[in-house]
Amino acid sequence: MQLQVLNSPFNQEQAELLNRILPTLTESQKVWLSGFLAAAQFSSVSGPGNVQTAELPSGNTAQAISKDVTILFGSQTGNAQGLAKTAAKKLEENGFQVTIQSMSDFKPNNLKKIHNLLIVTSTHGEGTPPDNALSFHEYLHGKRAPKLDELRFSVLALGDSSYEFFCQTGKDLDTRLGELGGTRLYPRFDCDLDYDEPASEWLSGVLSSLNEAGGGTHVSEEAPSSQIGDAVYSRTNPFKAEVLENINLNGRGSNKETRHLELSLEGSGLTFEPGDSLGIYPENDPALVQLLLDEMNWDPEQIVTVNKKGDVLPLKDALVSHYEITTLTKPLLEKAALLSGSEKLQELVSAGNEDQLKGYLDGRDLLDLLRDFTPWIGSVQEIVSILRKMPSRLYSISSSLTANPDEVHLTIGAVRFNAHGRERKGVCSIQAAERLQPGDTVSIYIQHNDNFKLPNNPETPIIMVGPGTGAAPFRSFMQEREETCAKGKTWMFFGDQHFVTDFLYQTEWQKWLNNGVLTKMDVAFSRDTAEKVYVQHRMIEQSKELFEWLQAGAHLYICGDEKHMAHDVHHTLIKIIEKEGGLSREQAEEYLAEMQQQKRYQRDVY
Amino acid sequence: MVNQILKAPEGPPSDVEGIKERSNYLRGTLKEVMLDRISAGIPEDDNRLMKHHGSYLQDDRDLRNERAKQKLEPAYQFMLRVRLPGGVASPEQWLVMDELADKYGNGTLKLTTRETFQMHGILKWNMKSTIQSIHNALMDTIAACGDVNRNVMCSSNPDQSELHSEVYEWSKKLSNDLLPRTRAYHEIWLDEEKVAGTPEIDEVEPMYGPLYLPRKFKIGIAVPPGNDIDIFSQDLGFIAIVEDNKLVGFNVAIGGGMGMSHGDNATYPQLAKVIGFCKPHQLYEIAEKTITIQRDYGNRSVRKNARFKYTVDRLGLETVKAELEHRLGWKLDEAKPFHFDHNGDRYGWVKGVKGKWHFTLFIEGGRVADFDDYKLKTGLREIAKIHTGDFHLTGNQNVIIANVSTQKKKKINELIEQYGLTDGRHYSALRRSSMACVALPTCGLAMAEAERYLPSLINKIETIVDENGLTDKEITIRMTGCPNGCARHALGEIGFIGKAPGKYNMYLGAAHDGSRLSKMYRENIGEVEILNELRVLLSRYAKEREEGEHFGDFVIRAEIIKATTDGTNFHD
Ligand code: SRM
Ligand SMILES: Cc1cc2nc3c(=O)[nH]c(=O)nc-3n(C[C@H](O)[C@H](O)[C@H](O)COP(=O)(O)OP(=O)(O)OC[C@H]3O[C@@H](n4cnc5c(N)ncnc54)[C@H](O)[C@@H]3O)c2cc1C
Ligand SMILES: Cc1cc2nc3c(=O)[nH]c(=O)nc-3n(C[C@H](O)[C@H](O)[C@H](O)COP(=O)(O)O)c2cc1C
Ligand code: SF4
Repeated sequence: MQLQVLNSPFNQEQAELLNRILPTLTESQKVWLSGFLAAAQFSSVSGPGNVQTAELPSGNTAQAISKDVTILFGSQTGNAQGLAKTAAKKLEENGFQVTIQSMSDFKPNNLKKIHNLLIVTSTHGEGTPPDNALSFHEYLHGKRAPKLDELRFSVLALGDSSYEFFCQTGKDLDTRLGELGGTRLYPRFDCDLDYDEPASEWLSGVLSSLNEAGGGTHVSEEAPSSQIGDAVYSRTNPFKAEVLENINLNGRGSNKETRHLELSLEGSGLTFEPGDSLGIYPENDPALVQLLLDEMNWDPEQIVTVNKKGDVLPLKDALVSHYEITTLTKPLLEKAALLSGSEKLQELVSAGNEDQLKGYLDGRDLLDLLRDFTPWIGSVQEIVSILRKMPSRLYSISSSLTANPDEVHLTIGAVRFNAHGRERKGVCSIQAAERLQPGDTVSIYIQHNDNFKLPNNPETPIIMVGPGTGAAPFRSFMQEREETCAKGKTWMFFGDQHFVTDFLYQTEWQKWLNNGVLTKMDVAFSRDTAEKVYVQHRMIEQSKELFEWLQAGAHLYICGDEKHMAHDVHHTLIKIIEKEGGLSREQAEEYLAEMQQQKRYQRDVY
Repeated sequence: MVNQILKAPEGPPSDVEGIKERSNYLRGTLKEVMLDRISAGIPEDDNRLMKHHGSYLQDDRDLRNERAKQKLEPAYQFMLRVRLPGGVASPEQWLVMDELADKYGNGTLKLTTRETFQMHGILKWNMKSTIQSIHNALMDTIAACGDVNRNVMCSSNPDQSELHSEVYEWSKKLSNDLLPRTRAYHEIWLDEEKVAGTPEIDEVEPMYGPLYLPRKFKIGIAVPPGNDIDIFSQDLGFIAIVEDNKLVGFNVAIGGGMGMSHGDNATYPQLAKVIGFCKPHQLYEIAEKTITIQRDYGNRSVRKNARFKYTVDRLGLETVKAELEHRLGWKLDEAKPFHFDHNGDRYGWVKGVKGKWHFTLFIEGGRVADFDDYKLKTGLREIAKIHTGDFHLTGNQNVIIANVSTQKKKKINELIEQYGLTDGRHYSALRRSSMACVALPTCGLAMAEAERYLPSLINKIETIVDENGLTDKEITIRMTGCPNGCARHALGEIGFIGKAPGKYNMYLGAAHDGSRLSKMYRENIGEVEILNELRVLLSRYAKEREEGEHFGDFVIRAEIIKATTDGTNFHD
């Protein structure tokens, strides 16, 4: 029989398509199709578990292929990974068969076989890919990259607009996939630190275009929740943790201040593993907020709307707890230009002045902006509306849950610097250093990090490179290995400015050395000697033994400063492998890349 | 060969004896542990050996608890004591110490009660460079601490400068000849190559032997009438005998010492006793034989009773004298008459012989530092830069700018004025007769403050002194942070021994010339009681004292306190 628009729920186009296909179907295909539709129907209500689709004979009919979606994520600190999982869940709910993988686990030569590809990636370093996206990024940009005319893709890029190369990795991949012949099934979204809204917007967009093209079943309405993991508390629903202990780890006379913070997780149901991070939603310095209010003589009590949902807050509270007021970004200034009568500002944001703009952003904050570019014609509401939502700060967890049940410890370096004639204070670290008292609470969430984990095998030796606050996760590693009586050898490299004042957790390392939990420790204090020594110098001194450890299968971890330390250590490692392994530079780099592939070389850098 | 009649006390050797025995002549594992980067400290055993190299591992006790909270080890640092026989340093040497203090130390120098420099606050990694710099300045730190003969003191009385130089030469010779012979020091600190093969025991340390002495051993030479080195507090003292301005020889005194322990009456301060007279050239022989007696019969089981004074009291003065003469193979002459009249210093300018001048400068607590309103360290540095004579560190923690030529005198005097080194504040008679040991924060044994506290206490006592018109009366006042007596408290007319933070035992009745020990007057009292007691005592002294009577003698005549006639009745 012929289907018609009248005698069926289909529109003209659908009816014609069906009429063309149905007559050609064999009996078995008809049976299969009915079952398939039923199952798809079923799965769209009851979420994942679309059994039949999973049994799809590969390389099957157009619809079947179009329902195959691969999601690849590149993620350093877990945000992109979280969103990728959310997307997978949502797509499965909508009857798609989803393969989700970290880019580093994905075999690039399978790329040709893929028809629907979603990319979720962040950017790190100075616009470089997160570690687990490195190889994929390199492959795509290399000669071996295949033609991808069959490919339909879309990219969700995570970033931070205060960085010069905003969402660079996302942009790279997006452009490159295009060059290789792929077609965008939905345009790329670049998300700033408050990425939840744009991310779900992108996801719905992707879904509908997949459906249009691939005829998936109806799009479920409920917005995706970015809650992953078992805890009810999450990044979008932070837990108020009580401060148990807050001490300065630096001795008198130090140039540094490093806070050791102990928080209670009691009643939160939150759990974590060594290597995970903790997110804190900090509050701005009330003194700075007061300066802003005075500067603009704004009424602290004036009610302002703080988000699309229409939540409202008194201006003062909004500035203290909701908005970011200490970092300026290019987009922010562009928006601000529309609210200011200042020529200078128009000038600054106009094309051709990127360098001046970049220069201006560095080390300046909202107060500078408001002072420098009067008169302001925009209303209070208009002005605050262009501010970014206060981003959370991540901290490598420095305790083990096994060793300290219901507690989480952090190691926070106070950020203070003078810029443009004013003392500047890091929002979160200085809240910890100057305001947080035992008994106070802070909004926190756990940021799981699969890319920084102890080896599954407790016998496996580990080498830890963690100068300064980079020592944090390794304290957690040591506590865990002590609790679980792991037998594997351990080697810690630590460094800071001065031995006497800056040897973070000194007595604990000494204890672990004595009881054997820590096999070996090397320290470098840069300002105790005429010529500066850093961890990488100690590694060179030990290069022979260090390479032996690597050969014996040791995992190597780096944590701490991204800009200088992580790079220097990385290149030192290549040198060492080159020298001790008698390899060429390329081979040495290969060796390290291979280690990265096997997750034997992991970094937690910032 | 060892005389069989006499015996050393029975009992298992103390822990330190074992450490010395295993140390292979004071080497231990010092070389290695000094290289370890994980701790600024060293293990206890090596620290015991470290002392023999003139240094101690300490920590800043002010920071102990705070740092423990911060998960930091104690603020470990090394104290370094220079071997400076007779306390004589050249301007060049002064400048080196001055610079080292800033470069590696805590920015100060401590002039000790045994006439030498101490540095505090040296980090482990800087020890070698520090010792090498000291070595390059022709000084060392060998045997400045430890169970060996210590810095040999010598009167620095500038009135008899020609005698001083002669006596000084003897003290230097003694100090050098009595040094340990092991090369450990040179290997560990001066990178001297270790000579292969192990020489015979008696080749390495002919006098000391592999275990060295049971305890520290101290020698001093006094030139009457000045007893600035407290000759009777020495294990072995030589009293210069001068006949018509010529040094004819020395009276020999043995068995002195100040240390004791709270609540242990088997420990007590004791005065050395004169046993005879010897010629200058016999000094070394006497010292060597006396030391071997202590080596053979000293108590190696209980360190608290290991000092020579206890050996002498146990064996009996006459027996020890006989044993000494037996070992010497000749007899000592009759002791000659002598007279001391003070154990303090005489301040300001005095003219010596050959047109040379000497300026004695009071250094409160022996601490050479730059204070906000008193740039003492800088002032002395400037003086050292132009000085052509030498510096004499005194047994009262002071310094003499010695052998100043008449033409230099003017310039040096200008500097003295410029830096206010004659500033009256530092010169009340009571204050300039005061001594305080280091105590907190560096001394590991301190029970209470001393150096950091005495000055403020004296401020308050001064008002009492003034009220009673005693401003110019010299009364020796000494404070130590514990009963070890590093500032020779038991020989101060007013003495304080730390008991607990802010609490002291108060002692009275010592002789002004250092010839009689004090006795405890009040136990465990704080500042208020101290001042109340002194208010009463000093006003009585002001009213009732006889012509020229010293405070120490007065309190005995007035039956305020019983005289201590011998260390053995110090506690009665
Ligand atoms: C620096 C000095 C005090 C000062 O303010 O000048 C000093 C400082 C210390 N003395 Fe002393 N003694 C100092 C002169 C004395 C004197 C006075 C003297 O020798 O004329 C005595 C009393 C005489 C005597 O030896 O009986 C003295 C009796 C002690 C004792 C008790 C010894 C005993 O057998 O009773 C100890 C504790 C010990 O040796 O176990 C001691 C131990 C110490 C130590 C090393 C503490 C320790 O053993 O850990 C002190 C180091 C503190 C620091 O931070 O510097 N010190 N010590 C003096 C250095 C002299 C030198 O240059 O060699
Ligand atoms: C995965 C991860 C783990 C982390 N783990 C830790 C940890 O264990 N311990 C830790 O202390 N930190 C850690 N961080 C860093 C931490 O998240 C915060 O970035 C840091 O504490 C600063 O936050 P803040 O709010 O105090 O400073 P902010 O208010 O965010 O200000 C910091 C910003 O100030 C600017 N700035 C800083 N110094 C200067 C200067 N001299 N001149 C000009 N501008 C300057 C820079 O733009 C910098 O980004 C981690 C970060 C990540 C991503
Ligand atoms: C050390 C570091 C460097 C970063 N560099 C950039 C950058 O160059 N450009 C950018 O857009 N974002 C940058 N970011 C911001 C991250 O991309 C952003 O935090 C993202 O949400 C992280 O996602 P992830 O957890 O999946 O890695 C950087 C973040 C960190 C911690
Ligand atoms: S007397 Fe006691 S407190 Fe004072 S320095 Fe000597 S040992 Fe230390």
